[in-house]
Amino acid sequence: MSKMRYSRRSMLKAGGAALAASALPAPMVWAQEIKDITLRQFGTGVSNLNDVGKKVKEDLGFTLEMTALDSDSVTQRAATQPDSFDIADIEYWICKKVWPTGNLQAMDVSKIANYDKIVGIFKSGKLTPESEIAQGTAPHTVGFIEEPGATSFADEQTNWMTLIPTIYNADTLGIRPDLIGRPINTWAELLNPEFKGKASILDISSIGIMDMAMVCEAMGEIQYGDKGNMTREEIDKTFAIFTEAKKAGQFRAFWKTFDESVNLMASGEVVIQSMWSPAITAVKSRGIECVYQPLKEGYRSWGGGLGLSSSLSGMELDAAYEYINWYLSGWVGGYLMRQGYYSAVPETSKDYMSENEWGYWFEGKPATDVITSPTGDTLAQAGELRDGGSFYDRMGSVACWNAVMDENQYMVRKWNEFIAA
Amino acid sequence: MSERTAKRSLGGLAVLRNRHVTGWLQAAPLSLILIAFLILPIITIVIVSFWRATEFSIIPAFSLENYEFLFGSPVTYRVFGATFKYAFLTWAFTLSIGFTVAYYLAFHIRSQPVQIALFLICTIPFWTSNIIRMISWIPFLGRNGIANQMLISWGVIDEPLEWLLYSDFSVILAFVHLYTLFMVVPIFNTMMRIDKSLLEAARDNGASGFQTLVHVIIPLTKPGIMIGTIFVLTLVMGDFITVRFMSGSQRANVGRLISNDIGLLQYPSAAATAVVLLLTVLIVIGILLRFVNIRKEL
Repeated sequence: MSKMRYSRRSMLKAGGAALAASALPAPMVWAQEIKDITLRQFGTGVSNLNDVGKKVKEDLGFTLEMTALDSDSVTQRAATQPDSFDIADIEYWICKKVWPTGNLQAMDVSKIANYDKIVGIFKSGKLTPESEIAQGTAPHTVGFIEEPGATSFADEQTNWMTLIPTIYNADTLGIRPDLIGRPINTWAELLNPEFKGKASILDISSIGIMDMAMVCEAMGEIQYGDKGNMTREEIDKTFAIFTEAKKAGQFRAFWKTFDESVNLMASGEVVIQSMWSPAITAVKSRGIECVYQPLKEGYRSWGGGLGLSSSLSGMELDAAYEYINWYLSGWVGGYLMRQGYYSAVPETSKDYMSENEWGYWFEGKPATDVITSPTGDTLAQAGELRDGGSFYDRMGSVACWNAVMDENQYMVRKWNEFIAA
Repeated sequence: MSERTAKRSLGGLAVLRNRHVTGWLQAAPLSLILIAFLILPIITIVIVSFWRATEFSIIPAFSLENYEFLFGSPVTYRVFGATFKYAFLTWAFTLSIGFTVAYYLAFHIRSQPVQIALFLICTIPFWTSNIIRMISWIPFLGRNGIANQMLISWGVIDEPLEWLLYSDFSVILAFVHLYTLFMVVPIFNTMMRIDKSLLEAARDNGASGFQTLVHVIIPLTKPGIMIGTIFVLTLVMGDFITVRFMSGSQRANVGRLISNDIGLLQYPSAAATAVVLLLTVLIVIGILLRFVNIRKEL
């Protein structure tokens, strides 16, 4: 029992009034039995952190087994092996593919303590009431269903949520300001002949095509109906532009793994490329200048969430709700935000971050002291600013969400041609 | 019933004395292993190559779709072309280097201990993994790498050479580095078996060094050259990781086509490509074996 009390207390501390108001919505689970429960979670590497598993055992008492896979395998497993997992940690565009298979069950919003505090992106689609909704698979479009068992998505918020948002971020181009020596402010710069032989793009078709689309649109070459769901004609045009650039020697290399992108940038082989935020951090931690450059066309954003397997029931289901409530209660959010990602309920994370950290990562203020990652690496010195500024500056200018297209297979074949060209 | 069983067991004993049967039994362990680990997987690949796949599922129904797409796409021909190009250039370089090294070891070093020592030195790079040997080229050849810095400091060039890394050059360089030993070993082996008196006879009959090389040594070394060739060709044609790393994902060979398909869960299409690649390699080896009877040497 003592463990349970501890967890309740920490949740109360974090969740505060909302939790009290909803009168402890999660059903009580007996502590001695909860110890025997094991929840199997799988997902991409980003949020499958061993530290989270350890903390779950400590705070909630049950065991969380985590498996990290690449996003293709994650999709396949969620779609084909519903009994092999209890909790799926997937991206929203994967949800769009997987939900119609009926392998996931919707979550009762009234059991989610911090639901009201979840940022608007995941509910109405709008970060602030004035925000415009970006193209692609925006999370709110696949975030709700009308009733349990429905296989199509609802147009607005309902009581049934498909995924509980956990982690998200806005991606852009990474640059080496010391080697470029002038301001960069548009995606079109990726194909600027000035950087001939010094540009790179990632060789993961589903994300690479989005970056390409951002570039083509910024160049004014193509006007897309929806970058997240291109027509064959749009796909052909996009690849035509990039194939031409490739043949002209614009690209130094393509990268497929995180490490490759870091090495390309750190060695100076490449001065501008598509990049992920932790990779920028990794380059910086080697003492090399590297900026995650905000661009006027906006960011390409992605987000993930936790989904429950349809085979989950009884006490395991209660434990899963308990886990999700704990996930949103702040500790995980703080952990993720100190790596440069965002939590779905930022305000609960605030309690788990120092004022300096909160100011730097969330509010876009200059660091007042050294900023370190959860694992202890130095990420920024006092006085430095986060690239792109505050949460609202960054997430407020998302141009497009990672998506899966209707013409996906066609696109993939074109991608193979592009690589071989 | 009982009569029959009795007969059979008697027959069984008699059968064991039959030398054909003993031969088969002796061959059985190896055959079984080959069937289980070579023949069956290949049959599976061939079967799967005729299936269809959607993004999530594999549909086990006979269809020629994968092959139709494969043979209908210009990318396939281009990629097979690139694969042959890599194979041929790597072969040409490994052969000339391998032959020279083996020739030196076999005919210029007189004492056997020194021969063995030098031969072992050739194998030292192979004490580390393939991948490490390959990746270590990247910092060496890079824009700000050792090679470029050296050339600039010597005044040979003013600007770093871009084509050193992430190009066909770097791919072939890595292949040659990785696979030359596979040429050296069989050629050295056949050279060591050449009867030295044949060389003396050639000299006695007035042949020049070059004539001896062309008319005596090369013909006698052919089986070794052929074995080395088969090693190098199959290794290069089946490779995907060297091409990916050394070309910075900018070039493709057949192996990369297969690995891309697998990454996107398109197993049937990957299987079809694998079958075509396997047949291509078998045809190439079949042609090579027409020239030389390597069994004579084994």
